[in-house]
Amino acid sequence: MKATSNIAGSLRHQDFDVAEIRKDFPILKQKVHGKPLVYFDNGATSQKPQQVIDALSRYYSAENSNIHRGVHDLSERATAAYETAREKIRAFINAPTDKEIIFVRGTTEAINLVAQSYGRSFLKTGDEIIVSAMEHHSNIVPWQILCEQVGAYLRVIPINHDGEILMDEYRRLLNERTKLVSVTHVSNALGTVVPVKEIVALAHQRGVPVLLDGAQAVPHLKVDVQDLGCDFYAFSGHKVFGPTGVGVLYGRAEMLEKMPPYQSGGDMISLVTFEKTHYNVLPYKFEAGTPNIAGGIGLGAAIDYLDGLDWQQVEAHERQLLSYATDQLSKIDAVRIIGTAEEKAGVVSFVIDHVHAHDVGTILDQEGVAIRAGHHCAMPVMQRFGVPATARASFAFYNTTAEIDVMVQAIHRVLKVFG
Amino acid sequence: MSELDELYQEVILDHNKSPRNFRGMTNANRKAEGYNPLCGDHVTVFLHVDDGVITDISFEGSGCAISKASASMMTTELKGKKEEDAQHLFEKVHKMLTGDVDAESAPEKLGKLAILSGVCKFPARVKCASLAWHTVNSALKGEAQPASTE
Repeated sequence: MKATSNIAGSLRHQDFDVAEIRKDFPILKQKVHGKPLVYFDNGATSQKPQQVIDALSRYYSAENSNIHRGVHDLSERATAAYETAREKIRAFINAPTDKEIIFVRGTTEAINLVAQSYGRSFLKTGDEIIVSAMEHHSNIVPWQILCEQVGAYLRVIPINHDGEILMDEYRRLLNERTKLVSVTHVSNALGTVVPVKEIVALAHQRGVPVLLDGAQAVPHLKVDVQDLGCDFYAFSGHKVFGPTGVGVLYGRAEMLEKMPPYQSGGDMISLVTFEKTHYNVLPYKFEAGTPNIAGGIGLGAAIDYLDGLDWQQVEAHERQLLSYATDQLSKIDAVRIIGTAEEKAGVVSFVIDHVHAHDVGTILDQEGVAIRAGHHCAMPVMQRFGVPATARASFAFYNTTAEIDVMVQAIHRVLKVFG
Repeated sequence: MSELDELYQEVILDHNKSPRNFRGMTNANRKAEGYNPLCGDHVTVFLHVDDGVITDISFEGSGCAISKASASMMTTELKGKKEEDAQHLFEKVHKMLTGDVDAESAPEKLGKLAILSGVCKFPARVKCASLAWHTVNSALKGEAQPASTE
């Protein structure tokens, strides 16, 4: 990031220099089908700033070595870089200690880890797990598998027609059989920002631990796991401007300490004999095998980049994108926005009368506009709103209102084709 | 014609708007379901086969314009055809859609179905066009598992 950052307490949102920021993202300069790329598929994965690309290149050019095992200089440097990244992540989400930051492949693996390690050890027949009606499949299926394994039941908090969680229903679902709550922080399909702090507090009144799926939240909001009070928080590196194949599970040390390893092998042990194996300390107990070292370091670089931004400005800019897109799309009669919660992050899901989302996606692509078309790995959400699929534009801070205008023009082309 | 115009030709848009044989069938003696797990498209194909001949065919489901038009055109093509000819046509259409054409599956050999050949320029949409065909193929074979484009 250039010198625009950290103007403490600045209210000069108009100073957020998108043009300058876009220079950091080389991929955005290209043309698609002869048109300038308009990248509105950030919910699927975000683009990477040059600083992240350089960190990956630097690691492989100058530091590549295995970590936690070499006595040689390269290994020590690689280990230091990887562990520094862990510390950056800790600070980024304000976790109390480094040992609570587990490197995983992504949000999906983080949730599977908790389901299999915590869930299989501490849940039993008749217990209940609560999720919401707007979860991504990755926060549904691991729990269904766990339920089959231990004989527990999945309970679902319904949502209203705006895509907001019905808190009274949640209160009703919480009971003495509830042993875990796992909900999304921001809905990938609808953009709803879920009142997770309240959800955590209500669960904790009953001593029930809570996992938050932060995959779609971390790119848009400042997350403070201590303020949220959650027991687990999961997110993916690639959605937060870092590389693919790396993600984070934050877990409160007290929880992680009592959980058995998820996978086993090298690095997660302290002593192995054929009679007995002693597990390594946190966080290494959960990090079997050689990890995605470059990915971890790249994620550290992404966090450095984000730390260089003024988040007040970022959030104001994204709010402007969301409200502009919502206004512009609302002006088109044939367009219906799905997900109209009071609190939303930069996601606009929509359907067009008599036109399937895939056809919308293909025609927008011809205009250079990349959106997601489909069920967004949230088929129960589609069912709830009675649509087979939606078109979804999801924004990042490098997007502009001019790009939204291009999308709106492309939607008019859709209407012309299907007119 | 631009690639996009070639994909969304008038005939395709017409079949999308008013799909032929878009209904259930109470006396079907063959039936199969097809899913495209990637996008959630879903189709059920019903057949009435009498003495090796498809005497009636219909479909239900939800999907994009390409998948709906392809299914609709398929039903009009297959009605009255012998089972083995229908399977043979499935193979030819599949080749045309994936751009793997030979003398038999060249678009000009496929009559009205040639209009679907624009799809092979849109790799992400090939599965939309082939879903109903995979499904009818599985209905003809009497497969128990739903057809999938994967």
